[in-house]
Amino acid sequence: MRLQEHPIIDFTKRRGRKVTIYFEGKPIEAYEGEPIAEALHAAGIRVLSYTPKLNRPRGLFCAIGKCSSCLMVVNGIPNVRTCITLVEDGMRIERQRGLQPLPKNVKSPRWKDAEKKYGDIIVIGGGPAGLAAAIKAAENGAKVMLIDENPILGGQLVKQTHKFFGKREQFAGVRGIKIAEILAKEAKDKGVEIHLETSAIGIFQEGDQKMVAAVKKNTHLMEFYGKAVIVATGAMEKMIPFKNNDLPGVYGAGAIQTLMNTYGIEPGKRVLIVGAGNVGVILAYQLLQANVEVVAIVEAMPRIGGYFVHAAKIRRLGVPIYTRHTILRAEGKEKVERAVIAQIDEKWKPIPGTEKTFDVDIIALAVGLRPSVELLHQAGCQLVYVRELSGYVTRHDKRMETTVRGIFVAGDSSGIEEATTAMLEGKIAGLSAALLVGKAKPAVLEEIKKYQDDLNEFRSGPFGQHILKGIEKVMIHD
Amino acid sequence: MSDDPRERIIICRCNDVTLKDIEDIIDSGITDIEEIKRLTRIGMGPCQGRTCLPLVAGIIARKTGKKIEEIELPATRVPIRPVPMGVLAGDMDEE
Repeated sequence: MRLQEHPIIDFTKRRGRKVTIYFEGKPIEAYEGEPIAEALHAAGIRVLSYTPKLNRPRGLFCAIGKCSSCLMVVNGIPNVRTCITLVEDGMRIERQRGLQPLPKNVKSPRWKDAEKKYGDIIVIGGGPAGLAAAIKAAENGAKVMLIDENPILGGQLVKQTHKFFGKREQFAGVRGIKIAEILAKEAKDKGVEIHLETSAIGIFQEGDQKMVAAVKKNTHLMEFYGKAVIVATGAMEKMIPFKNNDLPGVYGAGAIQTLMNTYGIEPGKRVLIVGAGNVGVILAYQLLQANVEVVAIVEAMPRIGGYFVHAAKIRRLGVPIYTRHTILRAEGKEKVERAVIAQIDEKWKPIPGTEKTFDVDIIALAVGLRPSVELLHQAGCQLVYVRELSGYVTRHDKRMETTVRGIFVAGDSSGIEEATTAMLEGKIAGLSAALLVGKAKPAVLEEIKKYQDDLNEFRSGPFGQHILKGIEKVMIHD
Repeated sequence: MSDDPRERIIICRCNDVTLKDIEDIIDSGITDIEEIKRLTRIGMGPCQGRTCLPLVAGIIARKTGKKIEEIELPATRVPIRPVPMGVLAGDMDEE
């Protein structure tokens, strides 16, 4: 099902040309510009594959190309990440069953040298941090190349329909989706070379030269050469262990936002949300906006973690929030049909007799994010586990340079925080990288100082204290 | 399959590794994440550990009493994404 009406976004204007794709031989209507898995979801298809060992049905989970739960056979080629591969007219799509055999009678392709691109700075990730970094570096005369594996710029901003807090220059009062458009336009205007549908697969170094190897549209290898790399790869939705936690319909909160806020697809009919942090309560509100029923939010902690204003709104709209509760199991044959929750004691053990069952077709996990640090780890940056930053993160200094000279980090990949802080960190990383490659003038040190002060100011609230404690654990002091 | 609910709690979605698989290995005395990776193939599927590694680190911490800060992630290697062979290799014969 597709959303016909939405109070904020007019999807009829957004959708591309109608095309036909074939799922297991059956024609399905889709729109140009939307990924395969999302189009299938709109047609009611939840099971994308069956797993190799246990033959369990598998569906979407992250919907942003990270978790690889959406692998399918596309035009005879197995293992295609369908959540970020765009539909094409006439495409043939099949469910992947276990370890799918490779296509036979395929002629090996001719060897081709990688396409090489040269510049000063390579930015990996086109979300708020990456775009802010690219804009600042380009503004100071650096030749910047930005790569992102998604088909659109903006990272997770493209699904944030709510308005931002903060200062005017930090886009207070502007919706996330609009911020993405503003930043993307600015990056293009400043001459940033943008490569979408391009996945970085490794960072290589020789002397002070850096090379990022990447694969464009899953078909050709590219090499990006420069003197600095800014890693702004964002975050990945966390999974939690409960019975049948892999059943199709157990979706990351972000995946649900991608479906409904980016592509205008109804995620489901009835949703149980796990986690009453900011993401959980905002998701509940966005679901209600899209006319989807939210049966309840469960939260293991004794208190709601999200902003009070959001939580109050959700309660007023009649959604119960069960604190000190957890999800026990998902039930259903091929996809989620029910969710069972229970109250937990102070040792986090379920209390017998407190179970409640909800008829739902979606269980939304809003249990937090973890930084995407794979490229940093592979490149040799030192990682430490920091609870306050929600996972393993790289050590860095005040200018966002990591333990590897010339590799910078910004945004959620340096610790889970907010889009506002991601943009500030991005600006700092972009300016610092531009300095390192010899393009920016020393005067930008003052501008860097200003953004550092803005960060401190933003982090002066109660949420920020917690983050600051975490940052202290990764900070490399002069 | 038995009635042990842990067999229906999936830790590694790519390679079908359950909570029971991980706990059994830890109970057998193997607590090093690199060794667990080699034995179960956690972190070696198409997602390269993005979902399972933090879960496994958490289970090790809970079962051994170690702090999660003491558990290092297994090595991350190139390519960090699934890449079709045809992109990296090709026919070199002259025609």
